[in-house]
Amino acid sequence: MDLLSNLALGFSVASSLANMAFCLIGVILGTLIGVLPGIGATATIAMLLPITFQLEPVSSLIMLAGIYYGAQYGGSTTAILINMPGESSSAVTAIDGYQMARKGRAGTALATAALGSFFAGTVATFLVAIFAPPLTTIALKFGAAEYFSLMVMGLVMSVALAHGSVLKALAMVVLGLLLGLVGTDIYTGTPRFTLGITQYSDGLNFVALAVGVFGIAEILRNLEDEHDREVMTKSINRLLPTRDELRQMVGPVLRGTAVGSVLGILPGGGAILASFASYTVEKKLSTNPGEFGKGALAGVAGPESANNAGAQTSFIPLLTLGIPANPVMALMIGAMIIQGIVPGPNVVTEQPALFWGIIASMWIGNLMLVVLNLPLIGLWVKLLTVPYYVLFPIIMAMCSIGVYSVASNTYDLFAVAFFGLLGYLMSKLRCEPAPLLLGFVLGPLLEENLRRAMILSRGDPTTFVTRPISAILLLLTLGVLVLVFTPQIRRRRDEVFTESDA
Amino acid sequence: MAFKKLFGTFVAAALVTAPAFAQGYPERQITMVVPFSAGGPTDTVARLVAEKMSTDLGQQIVVENVGGAGGTLGAGQVAKAEPDGYTVLLHHIGMATSATLYRNLAYDTLNAFEYVGLVTEVPMVVVARKDFEPADFAGFMEHVKANGDKLTLANAGIGAASHLCGMLLMQALGTPLVTVPYKGTGPAMTDLLGGQVDIMCDQTTNTTQQIQGGTIKAYAVTTPERLTLFPDLPTAKESGLDSLEFAIWHGIYSPKGTPAEANERLSKALQSALADPGVAKAMADLGTAPSSAEDATPAALKAKLESEITRWKPVIDAAGTYAD
Repeated sequence: MDLLSNLALGFSVASSLANMAFCLIGVILGTLIGVLPGIGATATIAMLLPITFQLEPVSSLIMLAGIYYGAQYGGSTTAILINMPGESSSAVTAIDGYQMARKGRAGTALATAALGSFFAGTVATFLVAIFAPPLTTIALKFGAAEYFSLMVMGLVMSVALAHGSVLKALAMVVLGLLLGLVGTDIYTGTPRFTLGITQYSDGLNFVALAVGVFGIAEILRNLEDEHDREVMTKSINRLLPTRDELRQMVGPVLRGTAVGSVLGILPGGGAILASFASYTVEKKLSTNPGEFGKGALAGVAGPESANNAGAQTSFIPLLTLGIPANPVMALMIGAMIIQGIVPGPNVVTEQPALFWGIIASMWIGNLMLVVLNLPLIGLWVKLLTVPYYVLFPIIMAMCSIGVYSVASNTYDLFAVAFFGLLGYLMSKLRCEPAPLLLGFVLGPLLEENLRRAMILSRGDPTTFVTRPISAILLLLTLGVLVLVFTPQIRRRRDEVFTESDA
Repeated sequence: MAFKKLFGTFVAAALVTAPAFAQGYPERQITMVVPFSAGGPTDTVARLVAEKMSTDLGQQIVVENVGGAGGTLGAGQVAKAEPDGYTVLLHHIGMATSATLYRNLAYDTLNAFEYVGLVTEVPMVVVARKDFEPADFAGFMEHVKANGDKLTLANAGIGAASHLCGMLLMQALGTPLVTVPYKGTGPAMTDLLGGQVDIMCDQTTNTTQQIQGGTIKAYAVTTPERLTLFPDLPTAKESGLDSLEFAIWHGIYSPKGTPAEANERLSKALQSALADPGVAKAMADLGTAPSSAEDATPAALKAKLESEITRWKPVIDAAGTYAD
């Protein structure tokens, strides 16, 4: 059995005392920076890179990988506790996780996130081990047309993220798309909507936008009404989920893992969709969809699992093609090169100890995260009892440092301030930030792939329906659209009927 | 009181030691600005040399990534930095091409910097998807000339190495291809691997592993001589494409007004870093080599920048694509 001997090799590398220690350091660091709002894995890995040069290549990569998925974990913690998602994936967790926290169920939400992530991480690790090479072949079949159709599907799904009016959700998606247009057009080099500010020529910073519309807006809202906060801190329930809650988690976790694993493999931004897609699935399957947006357990369990599964499987394109799926992966490639390992299709065969060692360490790291985080939940939740006049300035300061550290760009801080106010305004108008964020993330991908597909097909739009994968995705989109709007139409009709009766 | 006195002594000491700048330099850590995001090829080059230069200088060089606007944001920041020898810039050929690509730069490329030296010149390789029909470069040229409008040429965005090389290739062959820009080399390479696009011309740092793995097909290199890494690959020049001679050169700059002693000291540290066998090995794995001690000097970099600005202006103007 090739697989077994490979995994055995991997575990023998990853379970050496030194590598276990570096894995532990990585996940602890990752958790810490993930918990600090705004400070992301990219900045941390960039700062730590010089230190890793002194280490063995395997150890340094194990540590960097640990930081990466540790930060994913920590990011959900801030999303749940203070409505401050550090990256697009945890924006979804914030929707129901934060509502759970407001109802005094922060402990349950955090434990759900931890357990769901661990399960998803375990499954995805084995998927990486077993299917990495064949899955890569499939991922390469995704060209511009396929990505465009995938993004269309993502956007349609995003409407389901809203728990209020569909019209407002659509408006928010469109606003997000428009904000995503800011920056240099890659096809012509023309700056668009940058207001003449060169610092915005690469577009608005995602972290700045997310911290603004979620976090800062939330702080403003809390300052307006202190009463809410007191309720939240006074009624903190038991930390670990009950048997019944565990039972509720199983379905969402399984489905989230499946969705996340599949999307994570696509190097062109599939992982971004993972948590959004899972949320949509859970809301559609739920017997009680009205609960979503008000603290649904499934709304945390599903997306968190999907997110973590996607994070693991996004290592597949990195390890088999040598192509990074996101900035963190790019940094890890830089680390590999400096260590004298040039990533590429040959890494698996030329450096089996490295390849399988990293894969095995992912599983060990995920286990460490659960062991580490479950006892910490009590501590995180206690943070909520810190008086707001201490907590809020700290959060604001950490956010500013974090946002600035992404690109050392002061204009990103202006963006935080602006989007903080916009987020506050939006909350007054009962518009939700999650669809806006998804529009912002998907907009550029949608445009880029649409135009590239059109260039490649020499301006023939039928390319989207004649390419089989793209056609299937568009058909699925149509299906989702019908699912989303049928209840609306039925309700509208019912309303009409009631009115005419009266 | 004691503090004031102490402070006064410091100021006096600083005034006295100011002229004797070179002796103490460097006394604290140096920031090396890389005008691209962390993890990219330029960042990798910077981190490779920064580490060894730190050893020679006895002070840490910290790499700071100030990405954006094709490297002009980072360059602009260094142009405005204090010229005290504690801020330097590591930039590639984009330093010369952005002088033409950007018509409203915040700095005057030729007059805003001092020079430390050349770091490395990374060769380019003309590659295609692995099932591209022509067997050799002669066949490639013929095929492209005959089917130009049906073929696609990928690049990593305006101003990128692959964009510059693509312009040169099309000009040398006299055949326009359908250009497909991507956001960075990663996605462009993914589509080349998947056979979604036909041709690309990119740095060995990005292509070597894929060529060796047989996932893409290499046709020619753009250097004057063949590469030891790929002895079987012809140069474009051998095949009659004289104008396709091109490398992505990297240089280290400091803000205008930086004392010559500091630049000399940095240059010496650069030369010692480039002589390090570890650096040479890491660069060789990427298909490039450290610049010679003569090239890692202020004068050589100055000459390079001036000649490259002159060389690229007509090429970019002829293509008519600007980045602003």
